[in-house]
Amino acid sequence: MIEVKNIVKGFGDRIVINDVSATMEAGKCNLIIGSSGSGKTVFMKCLVGLFEPDSGQILYGGEDFTKMDDEHRKEIRKEIGMLFQGSALFDSLNVEQNVQFPLDMFTNWTHAEKRKRVNEVLDRVNLEGANKKFPSEISGGMKKRVGIARAVVLNPKYLFCDEPNSGLDPQTSLVIDKLIKDLTLEFNITTVVNTHDMNSVMEIGDKIIYMYQGCKEWEGNNKEIIFSKNQRLNDFIFASEFLKDAKDMRMLEQAGKIDNNRNMDELMK
Amino acid sequence: MKIFTEFGRYILMLKGMFSKPENTKVYWKEFMHQCSDIGIGSLGIVVIISFFMGAVSTLQTAYQLVSPVIPKSSIAQIVRDTVLLEFAPTLVCIVLAGVVGSKIASELGNMRVSEQIDALEIMGINTKTYLVLPKIVAALIVIPMLVVISAGLGIWGGRIAGTATGILSTTDFDKGLLKAFLPYNVFFAMVKAYVFSFIISSVPAFYGYYVEGGALEIGRASTKSVVVSCVLILFADYVLAALLL
Ligand SMILES: Nc1ncnc2c1ncn2[C@@H]1O[C@H](COP(=O)(O)OP(=O)(O)O)[C@@H](O)[C@H]1O
Ligand SMILES: [Mg+2]
Repeated sequence: MIEVKNIVKGFGDRIVINDVSATMEAGKCNLIIGSSGSGKTVFMKCLVGLFEPDSGQILYGGEDFTKMDDEHRKEIRKEIGMLFQGSALFDSLNVEQNVQFPLDMFTNWTHAEKRKRVNEVLDRVNLEGANKKFPSEISGGMKKRVGIARAVVLNPKYLFCDEPNSGLDPQTSLVIDKLIKDLTLEFNITTVVNTHDMNSVMEIGDKIIYMYQGCKEWEGNNKEIIFSKNQRLNDFIFASEFLKDAKDMRMLEQAGKIDNNRNMDELMK
Repeated sequence: MKIFTEFGRYILMLKGMFSKPENTKVYWKEFMHQCSDIGIGSLGIVVIISFFMGAVSTLQTAYQLVSPVIPKSSIAQIVRDTVLLEFAPTLVCIVLAGVVGSKIASELGNMRVSEQIDALEIMGINTKTYLVLPKIVAALIVIPMLVVISAGLGIWGGRIAGTATGILSTTDFDKGLLKAFLPYNVFFAMVKAYVFSFIISSVPAFYGYYVEGGALEIGRASTKSVVVSCVLILFADYVLAALLL
């Protein structure tokens, strides 16, 4: 579990994260949603310490990450896996070496043991057979999957994903979402996902935090989000006419005003 | 004012490099990789420029020494000293500032911009120690070796050019080579080589490591690091000559 208390972060005199508090629960996908530029990436980077927040607390299992010394931070970081927006694979290493890198660095395993683990996680992300390819030779979706494999190879307690499905086709996107969800449940990981993809929000949003211009505007889960009365959130999620219609249908359906099947038949006539 | 801030950050980066490696084996591998990258990678260009700078200095020295009272073998003596004192360390390091420096700056810059450095940090790795230190240590070991090779090849090139153009025979040349040889000059050349190696590796590492932005900024950082390294090399060259000669 990660508790965030009153985080503020600015660049120069521009405040990018404004007094955000939240609790990220274990075994759940905690989503941070918001339009681009709303501060999702900066928020996530504050959580993992790539940016130092100007004030506020970040508690990992009760310990304040912002006040830790470097050595203590390193210990926490060994339990963190992160998937970056651009995957951030090491260009000079092939897929297998990328995934094996954390094992090389932090374990004393034998070569065979490492191999076994690498193949295990590559299998998990459906990438068997791509072992020897270099990052420049694989597609965006594959890169993301390698990134996830690398992030989870050491069995992290915390998993951070920055826009895991930006730039992917809807189908691949679903595969990645499912993967993240499954891993989270299977290993009881505290997962934090930045996204602006509504499919993921509906699929995996156990907990959703909506950010608007650096402030937390709304908090809930994927069942509540459709019925939220927050105007900004509604504008964000139901951006297209199609989705607005879909929402209206859902609302009517919920209120018992329409029977889905019958009305569809009538409409078709 | 900005120059002081930059200098401060540079010093902090150097200070930040000294931490305990998370895993000596992985660090050793990275170090070896850098040695071969810097050494083997720039061997070709060093061989070519060394040979020709020796050859050209023989021809030009002969052209300037027209007096019949000066023995031919003095040409070899002059070639030896200019190659040893200036050409091998300074000229080679200026070229390496371009070859090695831009490579270091763009490699680190690319890792920074594509968040690979962040990815390493997240794993709990000190990236200054893992990425910058091996480059500087490798440069400190390999570049002086290149300078030694360059000095040898430069003198050899001068010898070949001397006989090929009929300016002086190999016996004359060899006689001149041994005349009034000061071992101190070799020491001086090596001091220069070490100082320049440090500049060539640490300055581009600094500009690359702290790149902000995208591909355009990587290019800028790489250009800037070459320019700054060259200026610093020339400046250090002057200071060392004033202090040690
Ligand atoms: N390193 C930085 N320096 C200055 N401003 C930044 C920096 N990183 C992000 N910002 C600003 O912070 C705001 C939020 O950015 P970001 O968190 O990347 O948005 P997103 O929600 O799309 O991930 C943006 O307006 C961006 O310009
Ligand atoms: Mg972002």
